[in-house]
Amino acid sequence: MTQAPEPLHRALGLNDEELEQIVAVLNREPNPLELALYGVMWSEHCSYKSSRIHLRRLPSDGAHVLVGPGENAGVIDAGDGIAVAIRIESHNHPSAIEPYQGAATGVGGILRDVFTMGARPLALMDPLFFGELDDARQRWLVEGVVAGISGYGNSVGVPTVGGELTFDECYASNPLVNVLCCGALPRERLVLGVASGVGNLAVLLGSSTGRDGIGGVSVLASAGFSGEDGAESLDDAKRPSVQVGDPYEEKRLIEACLELLDRGLVLGIQDLGGAGLICATCETAARGGVGMDVDITAVPLREAGMQPYEIMTSESQERMLAIIKPQNWDDVARLCAKWEVRASIVGHVVEPSIDAHGNAVGMLRVRRGFDGEILGEVPARSLADEAPLYDRPRLRPSSLDAMRLDEPTSEELRGLANEQLLELLIDPAWVYRQYDSQLFLNTVVGPGRDASLLRLAGPGLPASNRGIALSTDSNPRWCALDPRVGTALSVAESIANLACVGASPKALVNCLNFGNPEHPEVMWQLSESIDGMAEACRAFEVPVVGGNVSLYNESGGNDIDPTPVVGLLGVVDSLLAPPPGWNWTSGDAVMLVGVRHAGGANPFPLAGTRWATQRGRRGGTIAPFEPRALKETFAFVAREISVICAGAPSDVTAVHDVGSGGLATALAEMASETGLGAQVLELESHAELFAEFPGRFVMTTNDVEGFIARAARAGVAVEMVGTVGGTALAIGSSIDLDVTQLSARRRHALADALHTAL
Amino acid sequence: MNYPVIVDVTLRHGIADPEGATIERALPALGFTGVTNMRAGKSFRMDIDAESESAALEKAAALAQRLLSNPVIENASARSGAKG
Amino acid sequence: MKIGVVVFPGSNCEYDALNAVQSLGVEAEFIWHTNTDVEGFDGVILPGGFAHGDYLRPGAIARFSPVMEAVARFASSGGAVLGICNGFQVLTEAGLLPGALQKNAGLTFLCQPTTLVVESTASVLTRGATKGQELVVPINHFSGAYTCDDATLASLEANDQIVLRYTQNPNGSRDDIAGVRNVEGNVVGLMPHPERAMSTLLGSADGRVLLEGFVRAPVGAH
Repeated sequence: MTQAPEPLHRALGLNDEELEQIVAVLNREPNPLELALYGVMWSEHCSYKSSRIHLRRLPSDGAHVLVGPGENAGVIDAGDGIAVAIRIESHNHPSAIEPYQGAATGVGGILRDVFTMGARPLALMDPLFFGELDDARQRWLVEGVVAGISGYGNSVGVPTVGGELTFDECYASNPLVNVLCCGALPRERLVLGVASGVGNLAVLLGSSTGRDGIGGVSVLASAGFSGEDGAESLDDAKRPSVQVGDPYEEKRLIEACLELLDRGLVLGIQDLGGAGLICATCETAARGGVGMDVDITAVPLREAGMQPYEIMTSESQERMLAIIKPQNWDDVARLCAKWEVRASIVGHVVEPSIDAHGNAVGMLRVRRGFDGEILGEVPARSLADEAPLYDRPRLRPSSLDAMRLDEPTSEELRGLANEQLLELLIDPAWVYRQYDSQLFLNTVVGPGRDASLLRLAGPGLPASNRGIALSTDSNPRWCALDPRVGTALSVAESIANLACVGASPKALVNCLNFGNPEHPEVMWQLSESIDGMAEACRAFEVPVVGGNVSLYNESGGNDIDPTPVVGLLGVVDSLLAPPPGWNWTSGDAVMLVGVRHAGGANPFPLAGTRWATQRGRRGGTIAPFEPRALKETFAFVAREISVICAGAPSDVTAVHDVGSGGLATALAEMASETGLGAQVLELESHAELFAEFPGRFVMTTNDVEGFIARAARAGVAVEMVGTVGGTALAIGSSIDLDVTQLSARRRHALADALHTAL
Repeated sequence: MNYPVIVDVTLRHGIADPEGATIERALPALGFTGVTNMRAGKSFRMDIDAESESAALEKAAALAQRLLSNPVIENASARSGAKG
Repeated sequence: MKIGVVVFPGSNCEYDALNAVQSLGVEAEFIWHTNTDVEGFDGVILPGGFAHGDYLRPGAIARFSPVMEAVARFASSGGAVLGICNGFQVLTEAGLLPGALQKNAGLTFLCQPTTLVVESTASVLTRGATKGQELVVPINHFSGAYTCDDATLASLEANDQIVLRYTQNPNGSRDDIAGVRNVEGNVVGLMPHPERAMSTLLGSADGRVLLEGFVRAPVGAH
């Protein structure tokens, strides 16, 4: 019954064609260490080999874009001599196994990506997706993930200013934990992780290296891999794949790295994330077009008996690689000692070799001592940039047409819909009050609102009155029905959220969470989604400055719904006063701003809404993407609010985007936060209560005529639909709820579902 | 010689212990009844180079008093960590 | 007038404390934790954060930093010392203030606005406020439940050492205590963050009355 052992390259996740390609690059058979390095660097996680050809279709140009996709973080010029760096990532699979550490190390990793660019991390956002909370395991995941973000983010000293919280059955065994980080730096200090200058040193900073997260390579042992670099004696106990985060180490690492940059002691820095030291060394060498010798004996180790491939691929957290000039070593060592950060010279930048065709090729050499034995030698660029790219088969799911015909609107909504509304109300405060959302004294609008708004200020930055706005958005319910239009609408939704704090969009990052790319339906979804994002970004003139692709998100053999998460960065030119927010006042007129009807056949589509999903109705046709009217509405709202941010008087007293849960939910949230009701006229149809499509806002004003006149000048539709006041929220004959009860229900919904105290 | 030592740090009697209380409340739902007086604490293990085990324990008690515990709310005690 | 803000490795509110003091037109500088004196400063702030990662217990390792001996000397000579959040935890660990801070009753981190009531104005922090005044100031901590034994509580009450209470206890603090002072009133610690409540742009300016009091001319020797 014994089977022939699996060939090593397949155990390392490389297929036969990839092995052939490696043999062609090296012009010989790779040794096991070299094969392990290719296995890691050419993995989906590191190489984006399934998605890269599609990602190229995203627009990334803009006059203010300083660094586009492909670097550790995107960077834009925010004005006043300040550059803003932004990055989003997923930590889905680690969080499914160990929610606290998975989420915590996700935070640590994204911070390193941002300070690698020379930026001080100033804000985090966390879009989270779980299964339904009637399952105890989901409750454990939620509590663990939130505690992990809180435990790491608060301690490391970067405020978490917002995020998203979505519950859906499709995430039951594959939760999504995405994290976005935004940082800022004086424009002239922008640095890239480049190893240049032969004779320069690569210095490993931070934690010691253990066997954490040696993921793909851990199959080595089971493949019977043994020999010179082998792993004869590895057992599971020695090979933890869960990485453990240390926010205190990271905090000192941040301060040390920023001080090294401030004092001009480093030429470049690079974080050690997935694939660890091999990734950092080959990427910096490849960017510089140079070679690098890495001495594995110089790497401080946490455990005895670590093999070269383990040292090179370990994902131990809180480590950075700095490229320095040799004459600066004493100063670097002294500065690191002050911050109690370990620093070791692990690499030498060396001349590129000349290959058989006379081309200069930067070689990455793994050695035992700088003058010692060469354990492996491969072209750095071949590891970093030359993974094979795949155009995997795509197939439109055959079930889609039937799904789109299964319109939930056919299900009649009649009479009082009080309970249907109450079921949709969830105050996420239980989550976000566990996050420090205020550090650095920048948070003008914190978590739980349409978008977060921060002063553009921080240690070491030039003075500015500007503000930056952040929003993360996704709608997997839309994207399941139409990934292209659903993604485009998600981008629009994000811009709508920014408008509520007076900001105009400047840059977009995305985290594309999809299922198994070997399923042609998933590749179709991914490709469609990217096209939808590209279309929306072109229409709204927002460059995509970075992204992350997370594939193989599957639940019991079923792929998750396509979940492209959009992270949007906007700027407010003058931030001297807070935007009005949701707090309406008695006597104000309630205005519905924007095109009231969705384009297309159905004015109030319920397809892909939270209301429909709650009823098990997952079919139907979503609203089309019609950017022209949206653009005018968004610009109008952003302008109305930015005037207030600049300190000017205004008749506008409150604003809220009509988003998830529809118009009724938006009104209920405003009533709940204010403790004040409103009388709203009969809507055009019951479906209008819960229909979801972007482009509508609830605004309140104390000067109806003036407001309507301004909207008319801007060519934006507005209608007065009600008046603020009283102790009840009444919407025509559909909703009649006591605000105190509504508020209590909303406030307790999440804690109750988690079976915990508020 | 090196002696393995364990230091236990527990909350002083009368100091509120929300962690212990929360754990105790969670137990019945898991089928563990009859568990009371749950108190959370910390334990530290270390090797101490000393003349004798009693000298090692004395040193452990001293460092536990000075650093490992906050005498305002906690008690600390040292014991041998030798196996067997 | 010059205020020193102590920085331990792992502190993270040091810039905020510095900015808040400077926004009042007062000079302020960082003091690194290895410094052995605090000479030249008229007041010292121990800011919030996670000194030494809060490993072991919040403040447990920081209290042994060289700077803490200097802070103790400064305090005993009547110098104004303010511990905010983690700084309060350090001061209790160092024995410069009575009591201790335990994990919140709900066992989660809490970042939220709280309403405080001024109980005593006989301190360097509250001397500009009026007794009974209500102030909205945010908290931001995991271990903020003030704890002490009965005898300590009785003496705190007897000596008017409770300077601030929560109107709605968020964390299980004994007797709703949010801040205490030493007997002399020159050393104060509180869990809420007055430096986060310096501007209506950020939600509240109620912290100003506290920090304005603190940066006033030195209290002088008692």
